[in-house]
Amino acid sequence: MSILEIKGLTKTYPKFTLDHVSFTLEEGYIMGFIGANGAGKTTTLKSMLNLVHPEDGSVKIFGMDMKQKEREIKHRIGFMFGETAFYSKRKLKQITSVVKGFYQTWDESMYQDLLVKFDLDEDKKLEQLSQGMRVKYSITLALSHQAELLILDEPTTGLDPVARDELLELFQELIENGKRSILFSTHITSDLEKCADYITFIKKGKIVETATKDDFLDDYRVVSGTEEELQSIQKDLIAFKKNSFGFNGLIKTVKLDKYPEIAHANPSIDDIMIYYAKAGDTQ
Amino acid sequence: MKNIQVSTTSKKPIYQQLFEQISSNIIRGDLKTDSLLPSIRTAAKELRISVITVKKAWEELEQKGFIYTIPGKGCFIAKLTEHEKEKKKEEQILSRLKTHLSYYKSLGLQKEDLIDYIKKYY
Repeated sequence: MSILEIKGLTKTYPKFTLDHVSFTLEEGYIMGFIGANGAGKTTTLKSMLNLVHPEDGSVKIFGMDMKQKEREIKHRIGFMFGETAFYSKRKLKQITSVVKGFYQTWDESMYQDLLVKFDLDEDKKLEQLSQGMRVKYSITLALSHQAELLILDEPTTGLDPVARDELLELFQELIENGKRSILFSTHITSDLEKCADYITFIKKGKIVETATKDDFLDDYRVVSGTEEELQSIQKDLIAFKKNSFGFNGLIKTVKLDKYPEIAHANPSIDDIMIYYAKAGDTQ
Repeated sequence: MKNIQVSTTSKKPIYQQLFEQISSNIIRGDLKTDSLLPSIRTAAKELRISVITVKKAWEELEQKGFIYTIPGKGCFIAKLTEHEKEKKKEEQILSRLKTHLSYYKSLGLQKEDLIDYIKKYY
């Protein structure tokens, strides 16, 4: 069952357009939302949640329309965005007491357990927490009101490798029961290699691809060859780089059949992002 | 999970690595008949890989007759006769051999050269 279904989401700013963004996420999976800075990740997440108002498109969460059931939907999701300026001078226990007032589903014993599990001190102010602890606090709030969908904007940014790994492990733990889903944006692609089931890739406000991670990686190959080979293959490359040995480039796997002789290898998610960044706006 | 190690940097797809390692564990008898395989979601968490990847590996194992599923209970190691074990072993050797042979051929190696290599280094 789709827990999240976005169709044709469009939002225009003077210098940026979120252009008919569509993707879906099934129940019980983790989706990584990737793209360069400024590609529209945060705008997409905020438009989905009606935090900014999209001009067009529809958002369904738990099968309900966001426009009609915003309140009901928001009771069942947890979300976290980078900026926390409003509450940063408040102690965690003050923030919690405000938050729990919103939710009838608040589970106090779960909340207390999670504070212990994550080693969170309620008497600290939000601004005193490290980035990793802030994410854990957000997750604590979300789980305590029994959120079934977590939408997290760049939760791993600013974390050291150990804290990041811990967090990703927690993500997998959270979906283990098959009922909860997580959508998180990131530009650290190693996060995705480890735990993402699905990848949605956005560039300049448009979705380039949304697929399972395995299919996403399988759809592309990195090819390499001589300058002469480049002549014949160039029109089918998404982008390429010349070097003193010849060239390296990215190609859709389906087009590889035309060039049986060309040397090719599997790309990393980074490779795909980097070549797309090099590709012109026509891509 | 013991004896299972996947590498995300290997050229081989992860589901393939999983399939090969678990199936050879079964052939060698390290995984006992009728014992329970971890659930897809638990394996994904423990091995730190995608749920979908594990699902694909489990499906392949089931399709090739290494495991069977009891709905609501999980996946179990299938009973393989000695004959079947030999057959599956041969299948696996052949599939690996094919990829290796095409590599040696691409280097221009003749059958005799390869046999010499094997005699020297086996």
